[in-house]
Amino acid sequence: MAVSGIIMLLYLVAHMIGNLKAFAGRETFNSYSHWIRTIGEPAVPAQTFLTIMRILLVVTVVAHFWAAISLWRQARRARPQRYVTKKPAAQSYASRTMRWGGVIVLAFIVYHILDLTLGVANPEGPGTTPYDRLVAGFSNPLVVAFYTIALVLLGMHLRHGIWSATQTLGQSNKRREKTVNHFALAFSVLLIGGFLIVPFSVLLGIID
Amino acid sequence: MTATREGATFATGTAGDDPAMEKHDMTLTLRVWRQKGPQHKGKMVTYRVTDISPDMSFLEMLDVLNEQLILAGDDPVVFDHDCREGICGSCGLMINGQAHGPEQTTTCQLHMRKFKDGDSIDIEPWRASAFPVIKDLSVDRRALDRIVQAGGYISAPTGTAPEAHSILVAKKDSDAAFDAATCIGCGACVAACPNASSMLFTAAKVTHLGLLPQGQPERNDRVVNMVAQQDREGFGGCSNIGECSAACPKGISMETISRLNHDLLGALRAGARPKS
Ligand code: HEM
Ligand code: SF4
Ligand code: FES
Repeated sequence: MAVSGIIMLLYLVAHMIGNLKAFAGRETFNSYSHWIRTIGEPAVPAQTFLTIMRILLVVTVVAHFWAAISLWRQARRARPQRYVTKKPAAQSYASRTMRWGGVIVLAFIVYHILDLTLGVANPEGPGTTPYDRLVAGFSNPLVVAFYTIALVLLGMHLRHGIWSATQTLGQSNKRREKTVNHFALAFSVLLIGGFLIVPFSVLLGIID
Repeated sequence: MTATREGATFATGTAGDDPAMEKHDMTLTLRVWRQKGPQHKGKMVTYRVTDISPDMSFLEMLDVLNEQLILAGDDPVVFDHDCREGICGSCGLMINGQAHGPEQTTTCQLHMRKFKDGDSIDIEPWRASAFPVIKDLSVDRRALDRIVQAGGYISAPTGTAPEAHSILVAKKDSDAAFDAATCIGCGACVAACPNASSMLFTAAKVTHLGLLPQGQPERNDRVVNMVAQQDREGFGGCSNIGECSAACPKGISMETISRLNHDLLGALRAGARPKS
């Protein structure tokens, strides 16, 4: 759970920074997209790096999802009879939404790939340039709304996930606890802010 | 009844002999989980108790309810208790959805002054499949004993107390070990945890022994076996939500869980495997 989460997290940082190239205009963005597909050429065939990344990500998503489902089932078995009255004392909203939030994020990832990578769920359709698909997709306020909801959920997932992973890996202690939690919050806000700025800029016509 | 009364309260008189305090006595509506036995289905039953002094402990309030039930020819409510001074860990109850009630202490040390006249109070047993209900509010917590049996001990010969300075322990470590050792095995952590995980309990034991020199020889085996046992008992997995530590009457910290995980990863890397 922690290891797969951290791998995805590192990927998200790179992905967010890459997205910001949309501000540099159509050419830069499309050539960045082209560059990803040609890293290492001609030493290795086209798309080698991208394919490795894709395999790694699919494996981590599956591993993370599988671990999440088994934790979820274990928890249900551990308390078949619920409390009539239960009052939470310490849990954050983020920690409470890990499971359903995670499932929504997964659904989002599928839609996101259909939209911007494959283009089949995009108004411009497949066979267009990445920049065109980006602008076309985010011109629709409903698409932006869905991206926003999913990304805010992802942000909360990471807010609890970073703290939880620090505990799981045995790297936390009383002194670090506050720092880790503040870091998790700041990191999540920055990351999600970085992601959201692109769709909103398209919607507001700053990118077109 | 006087056993749990604190000095200060005693000095100012008790509700019984001071007419001025009598009007503070409370009438409460209790909704109590009644369940005939492990195989029976239980349900919440509503009772009314009167003349509850704010100086009573929560358990004394239940004693009043039981006297009332016995006089009426009803079956008294079964609940666990022993020391009534916050050290045995047997008195766990879910009170208005909080383990041991609204104060971070044991149920026996919770006083009725935390409630108001006319309040309605829901009382339920700890709920976890690893803690089956015996009757009413009493649950079988032996799963925690079996976790301790799996590794929560040292096998060094003890004998008479050795010279205290013969093995030096850093103050920081002895303090942290002592904090962890205050765990009384009440099970509130399991009860409060949305996953019904016993991680805080196990982590308290692993921390307590793992920080002291006497705990070193079995350190790796201890953590892998105790963790394997808690899984076998059917407790849930830990997702670091923090409800356990907030409910713990001894304030065992989340740090112990990190320490357990640290020991566990180290032990697995060193090749320790649980006994099957
Ligand atoms: C595929 C959809 C996903 C689902 C269903 C899911 C579900 C979960 C669940 C149930 C947990 C453990 C619960 C907890 O700690 O309270 C968790 C932890 C975590 N998740 Fe996800 N998640 C998903 C996607 C992601 C993504 C995309 C990332 C990050 C980039 C991520 C990062 C993390 C991290 C860092 C943890 C903490 C790991 C630990 O404590 O060991 N998750 N996830
Ligand atoms: S860790 Fe705290 S809540 Fe859990 S059993 Fe020990 S004393 Fe009770
Ligand atoms: S009765 Fe012993 S701790 Fe409450």
